[in-house]
Amino acid sequence: MNMSYVLLHAPALLIAIPLFAAFLTPIIDRFSKRVRNIFVLAVLIIEEILMIIFAWDVFTNGIHVYTMGAPNPTSTVPLQSAVPVRIVLEVDGMSAFMGLISTTVSLAAGFYSIAFVRKETGQGKFYTLLLLMLVGMLGMEFTGDMFNLFVFFEILSIASAALVAYRSYYGDAVEGAFKYLIISSIAGSIVLFAIAILYGQYGVLNIAALAKAMKSTTLDMIALVLLISAFAMKCGSVPMHFWIPDSYTVAPASITAMLVVASQASLYALFRICFSLYGNTSYVATSGAILILFGLLSMFIGVTMAIPQKDIKRLMSYHAISQTGYMLLGVGAGLYLLGNPDFSTHGMAAMEGGIFHIFNHALYKGLLFLTAGAIFYKTKTRNLNEIRGLAHSMKFTTIFFLIGAFSIAGLPPFNGFASKLLIYESVYHVNPILSIIAMLVSILTLASFMKVFHSAFMGPPMKDVEKGDVPKSMLFGMMVLTAGIILFSIIPGWVVGHIVHPAAQSLANQSAYIRAVMGD
Amino acid sequence: MIYNIPYMASAILVIVGLYAVLFKRNLIKIAIGITVLESGVNLFLITLGYRENAVAPIYTNLPEGTSIPEGMTLPVPQALTLTSIVIGVAVLALILSFAVKIYQHYGTLDSREVRRLRE
Amino acid sequence: MLRTPGGYWDPLIWLLVFVVAILIVYIIRAFGRSDYKGGEQTKPFLSGMDVPDEDALHIRAGNIYWGFMRALEGYYDVLRKYHTGIVNDYVAWFVGISAILLVVFFIVGVI
Repeated sequence: MNMSYVLLHAPALLIAIPLFAAFLTPIIDRFSKRVRNIFVLAVLIIEEILMIIFAWDVFTNGIHVYTMGAPNPTSTVPLQSAVPVRIVLEVDGMSAFMGLISTTVSLAAGFYSIAFVRKETGQGKFYTLLLLMLVGMLGMEFTGDMFNLFVFFEILSIASAALVAYRSYYGDAVEGAFKYLIISSIAGSIVLFAIAILYGQYGVLNIAALAKAMKSTTLDMIALVLLISAFAMKCGSVPMHFWIPDSYTVAPASITAMLVVASQASLYALFRICFSLYGNTSYVATSGAILILFGLLSMFIGVTMAIPQKDIKRLMSYHAISQTGYMLLGVGAGLYLLGNPDFSTHGMAAMEGGIFHIFNHALYKGLLFLTAGAIFYKTKTRNLNEIRGLAHSMKFTTIFFLIGAFSIAGLPPFNGFASKLLIYESVYHVNPILSIIAMLVSILTLASFMKVFHSAFMGPPMKDVEKGDVPKSMLFGMMVLTAGIILFSIIPGWVVGHIVHPAAQSLANQSAYIRAVMGD
Repeated sequence: MIYNIPYMASAILVIVGLYAVLFKRNLIKIAIGITVLESGVNLFLITLGYRENAVAPIYTNLPEGTSIPEGMTLPVPQALTLTSIVIGVAVLALILSFAVKIYQHYGTLDSREVRRLRE
Repeated sequence: MLRTPGGYWDPLIWLLVFVVAILIVYIIRAFGRSDYKGGEQTKPFLSGMDVPDEDALHIRAGNIYWGFMRALEGYYDVLRKYHTGIVNDYVAWFVGISAILLVVFFIVGVI
């Protein structure tokens, strides 16, 4: 059991460890609650460490493939056939990048939940579903097979819907979960329909094999449209974003942080399909333009709907929609420029900005939702009209909130500014209007977070709130994310060069993706 | 022509399912619509594996006149359909349990009344 | 140091400039009197009106951006009308956008 053995089997281990732990958690929960908490935290820490080691190996050494159930994990195409037969997990730079995000936010959410759900019933099931959400996210991000993508997509959506309804004594929690599940199952059925269309044409389910065999017929175009609209609905881009504020508001705060990363897994699936599956067809420019349009609408409508909100988590979930618009804008501009000679300068920078924004957004949005949960824990209300003066007693939460708010608004020196700067400067060359709207949205974001800061933290203290900050495990969860934000703020050049650039490079490089599975 | 009928049936099922989700107000009818939509997609998936005059892909001693692999229908879509049916059952169970809880809290199953979370 | 298409961004230089600015501010502040503890000049002033007591002094969240909301009333009326909260409408938007995207892709393919 040395390092090379672990690295060889790491894609399967990273999915199998939380899956196995998720099924052990209810058994351990019957005996002791402390042991269950320690077990879940240990699994999340092991996942994080294994993911960091594995991601480092993928960023330096290239694509890892893993064939499930084969005697040799790296042999994808058997001798007698021309296409891969088993399920192949294919981890390139972008998959490892998204895997890092998933494990980091899960770790913070796990620590936070220890204190946050201490007084609820059914905690064993809570932690089981949390680990299953992690399994679903990592499965979607590591797989190289279309139907496997669908299966993990459904695992993720069922586990998330059950967790959104966790506090079922609130009526609107169940309503939010109902809407989430309806939207997810419709998106899943449409994705399966599109996968069936592709399978019926080419007879293979592997993404690399489909990309090699793609002939751009009309049926392929129909499949592309269905896949784009279904995954765009699941990641919260604007004409289909209505379910996001409803479900993010009512979930427990740590689950909302994980729902953000779950939506980003659907965003990853959208990019994987547009770049690696259809990257060589003539639909690339049109889909790039459509992603840019969705991004623009999301940014603007998200932030203008956020300003009048009075519920703190509903305001933050509209901002999640708005920031997803930045990611769609950046990567959509890269997709739009994919065939052009401009791509290697501006297209690549736009993609790096969009992809860097994914990680930054997961960190600061997760942090902001966790601070909103801390406010709810203290004052038992989410309504901004009823709270004031929390900075007197919750000092750490105030500092974390300020770091998150300045980061989301794109103020220097934080990491939000670095990724937004990349997006502004590169998207400018597609059309200057895009850059202007992006900057305007940034200002409105700052405006709405200053509103939240003034209402919740400034002013004279409330009378019937006990003094002192939230419990230590919640502070520790927020500290994990803050450490990530500060680290990314101080060394953005290193992060972009060593983490984001391999991800963007591997997303744009369809031929390497195909060659890793199909050979030459 | 006769071999296109399952595809047309699948399209009709998908359209009926979408109609139920879009235009029916009762939450249970929306759940039924989702199930019909999933059935349509499952039918489409399994019809893709059909081959004319072929046997089921389960024999080890073949009947007379068939050959592997051209004499058997495709087994992969059957596996995919089974997986999808199981996922559909889990989703339906969860949707119906949410509908029960919503009725306990709101007293109604009308989707226009169940909207405390809006704008 | 992060290289962007238009230049570069280095947060350490920004922090250095910020620290220098804070130092200059602190040095200027040190030239003042240290025995002044407050008085009439540090109380809140609301253009001569009576200052309300603590509970009513804090502006609530719904009232903060009322000018912005009043100016964009037309836009917000349209936008709020679409955010109904009914789950059938959510799926209707999905079907509508899929149909529009299909038409767009067909037209671009034919041209």
